[in-house]
Amino acid sequence: MISQTRETEMSHPLLETEDLTVRFGGHVAVDAVTCAFDAGELTAIVGPNGAGKTTYFNLISGQIAASAGRVRLEGQEILGLSVAERCRRGIGRAFQLTNLFPDLSVLENVRLVIQAHYHNGLGLFSMADHHRDLIDRAEAVLERVRLADLAGQTVSELSHGNQRKLEVALLIALDPKVYMFDEPTAGMSVDEAPVVLDLIAELKADTDRTILLVEHKMDVIRTLADRIIVLHNGALAADGAPAEVMASDVVQEAYMGRELEDV
Amino acid sequence: MVTWLLSGDKPRSAILAALLIVILVCLAGAPFLFPGVRSLETAATICIFIVLAASYDLLLGYSGIVSFAHTMFFGLGAYGVALGTTHLGRSFGALATGTLAGALAAAALAFLIGLFSLRVRAIFFAMITLAVASAVAVLVSQLSNITGGEDGLSYRIPRVLTPAFRPFDEEVLGIRFTGKIINYYLVFFSCFALFLVMLRVVNSPFGRVLQAIRENDFRAEAIGYRVVRYRTTATCLSAAVAALAGAIYAIWLRYVGPDTTLSFEIMLDILLMVVIGGMGTMYGAVIGATIFVLAQNYLQNLMGAASEATHSLPLIPELLSADRWLMWLGVLFILSVYFFPTGVVGRLRAGR
Ligand SMILES: Nc1ncnc2c1ncn2[C@@H]1O[C@H](COP(=O)(O)OP(=O)(O)OP(=O)(O)O)[C@@H](O)[C@H]1O
Ligand SMILES: [Mg+2]
Repeated sequence: MISQTRETEMSHPLLETEDLTVRFGGHVAVDAVTCAFDAGELTAIVGPNGAGKTTYFNLISGQIAASAGRVRLEGQEILGLSVAERCRRGIGRAFQLTNLFPDLSVLENVRLVIQAHYHNGLGLFSMADHHRDLIDRAEAVLERVRLADLAGQTVSELSHGNQRKLEVALLIALDPKVYMFDEPTAGMSVDEAPVVLDLIAELKADTDRTILLVEHKMDVIRTLADRIIVLHNGALAADGAPAEVMASDVVQEAYMGRELEDV
Repeated sequence: MVTWLLSGDKPRSAILAALLIVILVCLAGAPFLFPGVRSLETAATICIFIVLAASYDLLLGYSGIVSFAHTMFFGLGAYGVALGTTHLGRSFGALATGTLAGALAAAALAFLIGLFSLRVRAIFFAMITLAVASAVAVLVSQLSNITGGEDGLSYRIPRVLTPAFRPFDEEVLGIRFTGKIINYYLVFFSCFALFLVMLRVVNSPFGRVLQAIRENDFRAEAIGYRVVRYRTTATCLSAAVAALAGAIYAIWLRYVGPDTTLSFEIMLDILLMVVIGGMGTMYGAVIGATIFVLAQNYLQNLMGAASEATHSLPLIPELLSADRWLMWLGVLFILSVYFFPTGVVGRLRAGR
């Protein structure tokens, strides 16, 4: 028994889903997806609108409950855990629709993430502004995503592009084991998008971080991805090296035919 | 030093700072500045309601949680003191035991309510608190052999805190110094300390998380905060402070009854104080409570006088009659919400 667990601990992938399924009424939004993600890999997840990409993310990070299947992080089942608990174990998530703390400052948004990560206990009677280390770390993250100039601004006053950057900044501040980006450049202008994509490239180069990236733009995927998986009607339709998957019939028909025009 | 006391939360408006200083000075010097039973009564009530409103704002303004059970927690503290002194005798030990028991009971009850209802929708929590508070109010008036029922309880507190205690033969600074004044300073300093503690809590890492949860609980959870745990802690803390305020009130009044601590009217008063002063700022509670208690105590007189003065005119004396003071308070409330949706403090800070 003991030797068995030790063995699985050594051989399991960082994150895996097994027959992961969710039904909304009769509609199967994610259909028995079995897929493993190794540490250090950047996997692009593609598929037409409504294919179930965001729902697949929601199942992994815990925003919705699965109807069937398993999700394991480093070999440990995490499906029964709350969103916060999964986050603490290393599942980090950025959202397709910007999801920030609108009335707080840019710095405070990032500081809160840093506090969640590095501050132990509730901290009832110390002064938040006296935890200089937390503020310094938050400022370093803002520097990295080139939002340092806007640190004092209220988030609701930021442009859409800067809000998207902040969305990415929160995930970077979290420094999780698994980074999940859901269309990080959605709605960004052509000169803003590269900033975010460079950040992701930087993350990828930096260490062996595991990144899941939902993205529509094929040129982006081509340059960044180590691997592509295709979701179609909630099911896993293709999985492999980028060149291979892009050449496959299923992608040509179901996805590329339409998306290539946008590129 | 001042920054440390205020937990770095400066008034951020010159007018607000001036107002706060005036209120502080008036309350600190009340026995000497405004001699007289009635004004001392008013000053003590202001102190206590500042704490009560501030503890409610910790829930409503900082955490976005609507509760109707705040007077119940206030009452628990007050009845704790009443029962403590009734059964344990006239001593400071009995006061402390009663106070502590009341605060613990309040925190425990808040924990239970939070545990059962903070997981689900916010409206559910509001309804549960309403139900529990009504049940407790009924219980208190029914169990008259323990609580004194509708009549409430009168009890004796240590003589040092009563008007009968006269340490000096001559007058001090032009007034007769009695135990009542010692009692007042007990009220004043306890309330001052409790207020500063709450100011610290809302500016602590914990307080910041509460604000984040109020803004976007979904994202707070997604960055790793256990939202229910934070909300429950805030509820317990707020309940415990309300109970302490209740205990102080009970020591001051030497009487508790459903009307002075548990009534739904007081619940509404607290709500108005927080909204008028400005939700989500501790200073709002100071301003709101002060305005409200002053209006409650003096608006009636003022209106009575105005009604007298205008007795020769048609209709106006009717409108200004002292019995109409609640209507005017309502008008004041509507106007203030309309013109200062962020409360007096929000208005002053914005107009910097
Ligand atoms: N909470 C929900 N309740 C009911 N149906 C849902 C829910 N969430 C998603 N769906 C449905 O599941 C399907 C997959 O949606 P999902 O958002 O995962 O698609 P997607 O691949 O992310 O699409 P897009 O590219 O537009 O972001 C859609 O048909 C959607 O309507
Ligand atoms: Mg999506």
